[in-house]
Amino acid sequence: MSQRYVYILAAILAIVGILLFAYKWLALGFPLTANRETPVWTIETSVTFDAGPGSIKVDLHIPTLTPGFRTLNQNSVSRGFGFNLDYSSGGRVARWAIRRANGTQTVYYRISVYEDSGSRQEDTTPPFPPPPSIEEPFRTAVEVIVEDVRAQSADTASFVSALIRTLRDPSPGPNVELLLSEVGSDKDFVQTLTTLLAAARIPARVIRGLELEGRQRSADLISWLEIHDGDSWRYFNPVTGEENLPRRFFIWWRGSETLVDVQGATNVQTRFAVQENYLDTVTIAETQAAQAGGGLVDFSLYSLPIQTQAVYSVLLMIPIGALVMVLMRNFVGIDAFGTFMPVLIALAFRETRLFWGVIMFLLLVSLGLSIRFLLERLRLLLVPRLTAVLIVVVMLMLLISLVSHTFGVDTGLSVALFPMVIIAMTIERMSVVWEERGAADAVRAGVGSVIIAVVAYVAMGIAWLEHLIFTFPELLLAVLALVILAGRYTGYRLLELTRFKALTGS
Amino acid sequence: MFGAAKALRDAGVLGLNERNANYIMRLNERRFYPRVDDKVLTKKISLAAGMAVPELYGVIDHQGDVRKFPEIVENLESFVVKPAAGSGGDGILVVTGRSTRKRDSFRLASGLLISTDEILHHLSNIVGGQYSLSGNPDKALIEYCVRFDPVFAEVSYQGVPDVRVIVYRGYPVMSMVRLPTRASDGKANLHQGAVGTGVDMGHGKTLIGVLGNEVVDEHPDTGALIAGLQIPGWEQILESSARAHEVTELGYLGVDIVIDRDLGPLILEMNARPGLNIQIANNTGLRSRLKRIDEIYNPADDPATRARIAQREFAV
Repeated sequence: MSQRYVYILAAILAIVGILLFAYKWLALGFPLTANRETPVWTIETSVTFDAGPGSIKVDLHIPTLTPGFRTLNQNSVSRGFGFNLDYSSGGRVARWAIRRANGTQTVYYRISVYEDSGSRQEDTTPPFPPPPSIEEPFRTAVEVIVEDVRAQSADTASFVSALIRTLRDPSPGPNVELLLSEVGSDKDFVQTLTTLLAAARIPARVIRGLELEGRQRSADLISWLEIHDGDSWRYFNPVTGEENLPRRFFIWWRGSETLVDVQGATNVQTRFAVQENYLDTVTIAETQAAQAGGGLVDFSLYSLPIQTQAVYSVLLMIPIGALVMVLMRNFVGIDAFGTFMPVLIALAFRETRLFWGVIMFLLLVSLGLSIRFLLERLRLLLVPRLTAVLIVVVMLMLLISLVSHTFGVDTGLSVALFPMVIIAMTIERMSVVWEERGAADAVRAGVGSVIIAVVAYVAMGIAWLEHLIFTFPELLLAVLALVILAGRYTGYRLLELTRFKALTGS
Repeated sequence: MFGAAKALRDAGVLGLNERNANYIMRLNERRFYPRVDDKVLTKKISLAAGMAVPELYGVIDHQGDVRKFPEIVENLESFVVKPAAGSGGDGILVVTGRSTRKRDSFRLASGLLISTDEILHHLSNIVGGQYSLSGNPDKALIEYCVRFDPVFAEVSYQGVPDVRVIVYRGYPVMSMVRLPTRASDGKANLHQGAVGTGVDMGHGKTLIGVLGNEVVDEHPDTGALIAGLQIPGWEQILESSARAHEVTELGYLGVDIVIDRDLGPLILEMNARPGLNIQIANNTGLRSRLKRIDEIYNPADDPATRARIAQREFAV
């Protein structure tokens, strides 16, 4: 009965821990290994203009829906301008305004984004566009072209491709020539495409964006074609007619409106600068989760001050050390002093490094032990005697530090990081066992403590485990489940196999 | 490794984890522990139940009382000083007489002399908690020093040999005699080098001896044969042990009994976590015997019946 409760409890703890872990890992994108960095692009748009005499209003289109990318943060820099974000038919707009300004002014809009293939364009399905009102002779040209292309295509996508190929034909027909006679730029070309597509009742629009690549002082806007096939938005290369998007194409805005609209100023210049840098994946995952409103992340350790984080990265490994101790004591059967002493010693080893840690621990305990035997002759009462041992331990630490420093070995300094109360208790405990049960028992338990401490130290020092526990503290629930299960282990301990070996003979 | 574990299981050997989880934690309620951990209390409830225990001369329960010690032992030639909450024989002083020249010096079982001052220091250590399991302040008992039955004289080096009986749900299941050696400093503790001998539950005769994990035929110090000794008052020992279950209400219990040449079997102490070396001394696993008791358990059995059942079931 109680056995079943134990299994159920352990299973619940393990499942909750692992589900939380899986959610944070798979859904929120927390990295499994440390130092994973994700490239982050910071795009800065600067709008420079010469101020006119009156009030100035600057409207800048800024990214709204950015498939393939997610926003980390955005901000605006300007001096004296009022700033707000607004929506227009073409998407979001950054709006600066000032009553009066002199000379050349610059306003900045900065956005940091990172790649995320999970980010899709979730847009409402647009209505079929009304037939465009085109004047003759263009009207006939459009109708003929649409008719021709429709005959050569099977569905929306192939229609769009065929249309682009027709318009890009090196030896165009007279209708195409007529249509393209007024087209100057790529943008105009795509604009013409959307008109043709509207005539074919296919919703389409120009999209304008940047190819994010390394560091660019002045990035060029690229025009692309976006059409809706009734289910989703699709992207077409306006030059080749292939359906694709350029690599790392960051869509800035959509539609035929101009990027920036400035009132009350002249000589407007807009420039895009792109900066690539790397950010810890954990930071990105957290920002993303916070934006998604995940309350889970509010409990993340990364939100703590850095110093506190450092403390917790150590503290969170203590359960791992304790788990090692459970295994060593209940499954292997190694004797040790105290319940948690080996784990605390292992913690001290983290600071001193293993080799010096073991040496200094043995040195301290054996020196302390000899002093303790001297104290025995004075016949002191228990508490004063323990205190005397503690004071001696502190002085021994000081001595070891001073001596090792004189000889230029700085590792000796870290001896001060040993938990001296624990050492004093160990010495006392060991001396009692020594007197009452003999040296063999005392040394065996002492050696057992050091062995457990060393194994716990090794386990607590595994870097990826430390990262894993720190990033996913919920895994401690799984550790708890393991410990609870270990608490019901009734099998033999490894060392009992030899201890009772004689009994299997008969 | 798994093969070795299976062999042990087949031999019915009880491991520490299983003892703790399935027997001690299940059958021994925490609130009854003081009945065995505090030797003063053990003595009191055993006496109340009409069982024979070594006479208590005095209890010292705080530092201020330590100086009353000479008064307590004024008219005594021999006595034992022990911590009330001690374990494994730690902190026990066996005083067998006084120095002929100085009345305030005592002779220990080992033959060494010890001054009153040294005993007072030992008493304050006990009261200060040096020998208690948790390090908490403790009490010191001064009690009757057993003059042990000559049956074990040949196979003991100083100290007092005792009989340990494991009592499971009121039924004695296994027993051993613990013989002090020079190495164990006169203490009847297997960890410290005492010899353990298995006991034929049916007739109370000693079987083979074990020193550490080795089988021995002779006592290492006296050279006398260990096997085949008849423990006097065996049936009374079994019955007292069985009754200890009612007294303590512990389901898994070790009862330590000494045999006084004049007073017969006396209950020395009890243990809620008896060790597993008894299996080695008997060359038999405990597990199979515990299982057997589970099969024949009958809550209506009285201690005498349970003692007879133990004799019947576990005779060699």
